[in-house]
Amino acid sequence: MTEGPAGGHASIRVLRPGLLTTVQDLGRHGLAHLGVPAAGAVDRRAFTLANRLVGNPPGAAALEITVAGPELELQTGGWMALTGGRAEAELDGRPFPMDVAVRAEAGQVLAVGTVTSGLRAYLAVRGGVGVAPVLGSRSTDTLSGIGPPPLEEGVRLPVGALAEGDPFHQVAPTPQVDPEPLLRAVRGPRDDLFTDDALRTLIATAWTVTSDSDRTGIRLDGPVLERRRKAELASEGMVEGSLQVPPDGHPILFLANHPTTGGYPVIGVVAGGDLPLAAQARPGTRLRFRFVSVTAARQSAGGAPV
Amino acid sequence: MRVRPAGERALLVEAGDLETVHRLHAALRELDPPGVVELVPGYRTLLVVADPEHAGALDELATALPGLELPPAEAVAGGPVEIPVRYDGEDLPEVARLTGLDAEEVVRRHTAPEYTVAFLGFSPGFPYLVGLDPALEVPRRDTPRTSIPAGSVGLAGSQTGIYPAASPGGWQLIGRTDVTLFDPGRDPPALLAPGARLRFTVAG
Repeated sequence: MTEGPAGGHASIRVLRPGLLTTVQDLGRHGLAHLGVPAAGAVDRRAFTLANRLVGNPPGAAALEITVAGPELELQTGGWMALTGGRAEAELDGRPFPMDVAVRAEAGQVLAVGTVTSGLRAYLAVRGGVGVAPVLGSRSTDTLSGIGPPPLEEGVRLPVGALAEGDPFHQVAPTPQVDPEPLLRAVRGPRDDLFTDDALRTLIATAWTVTSDSDRTGIRLDGPVLERRRKAELASEGMVEGSLQVPPDGHPILFLANHPTTGGYPVIGVVAGGDLPLAAQARPGTRLRFRFVSVTAARQSAGGAPV
Repeated sequence: MRVRPAGERALLVEAGDLETVHRLHAALRELDPPGVVELVPGYRTLLVVADPEHAGALDELATALPGLELPPAEAVAGGPVEIPVRYDGEDLPEVARLTGLDAEEVVRRHTAPEYTVAFLGFSPGFPYLVGLDPALEVPRRDTPRTSIPAGSVGLAGSQTGIYPAASPGGWQLIGRTDVTLFDPGRDPPALLAPGARLRFTVAG
């Protein structure tokens, strides 16, 4: 599938789609005022690594694999890389290593198994997944249905011509999966609507990731965060990383596919550099938070571009 | 005007009222500050989001915002857009019962005002409208419908709105329009923009 023209003959055939495998890039931007979510890869650090390994620009479209991976038949040969949550994968029955560019030949079948550590893996192909962009992005928006549908059996995905560098031949450092990640957060913007006790509780608690979590956000279980006043908040714009607190007092951590506006107050916003940790948190994982200044949150945010 | 950080690369600007939100939105669109990727209006706030490489520029913007010259309200109002509605919604009799008005009067009061699109959210192209006649305030349905067709016009509390796409929902449905509110193949994809004026008319 090297250097195939955009929308050309190079393609990948989906034999089995896996649990939820979607095409993602860095998201749909500049349309939030029209209610269009950004979507895009949830773990942008793992996503951009996969692209770098195969010599793609960081925003080339790749596959986001959730929990159980797909089985894909390659119609033409080319370089591929698998990153993110740890998954056993086989190319024609032989182990397919993670975090390194691997050359696959035409007709070979790549079978990605279960993601056993972390939650999401990323598969980049040299040239990028060449589906047609919608509103400037190839991402599947799982909240509003914009963009290509999730992978289905029998679908052929075109491979694009976006490669700009050589494949990277060294194995990238394997990310450590922290069993109890500590995420940095900036207070507010609505911290003043909560009691002092709620703010202390937020950072003193090991919050449990519930199974009611998806690309939109992670519902956390733990003590109730009490509000100072019961008055309703007028709906306002939301950012990725927001810890929004609905009336039940349990925070929801917004991920890449969050809605553009919301009517519940945000007690804190997780630093962009720490969102990849949240993106890989499986149900049952315990997350902790600590407050940092805006300046501190900006440092080391480089791992998570827009 | 109070400016609050929303994480390390966004500001939530409290404009106070909706008109000022729209004037501020227009002023910032015009100013086009470096690195700003999203401007998201709410009922009383404007969210300003920068890309991570330009997050530092927000500090200067936060300082400059209170002194920013805003265009007059008349200059930023769009429209009015006309939305023709067939007032034959399933809940129209129930709305008439709840409000103590007859169906004809519900329609008259729904088509009388010029509404303002406060902002879009919930789903792409979904307008939050202000200007509903208080006599038409009705509670949501006790049991939400699992699927409401695109173009449905409904009432809930002090709000009236139009569903751009089929979705579940608990609003009381009074009619339906054929107007397409959101089409990803169109530029811009949404028919309405924040600050637009809107009128419902009886479809002929």
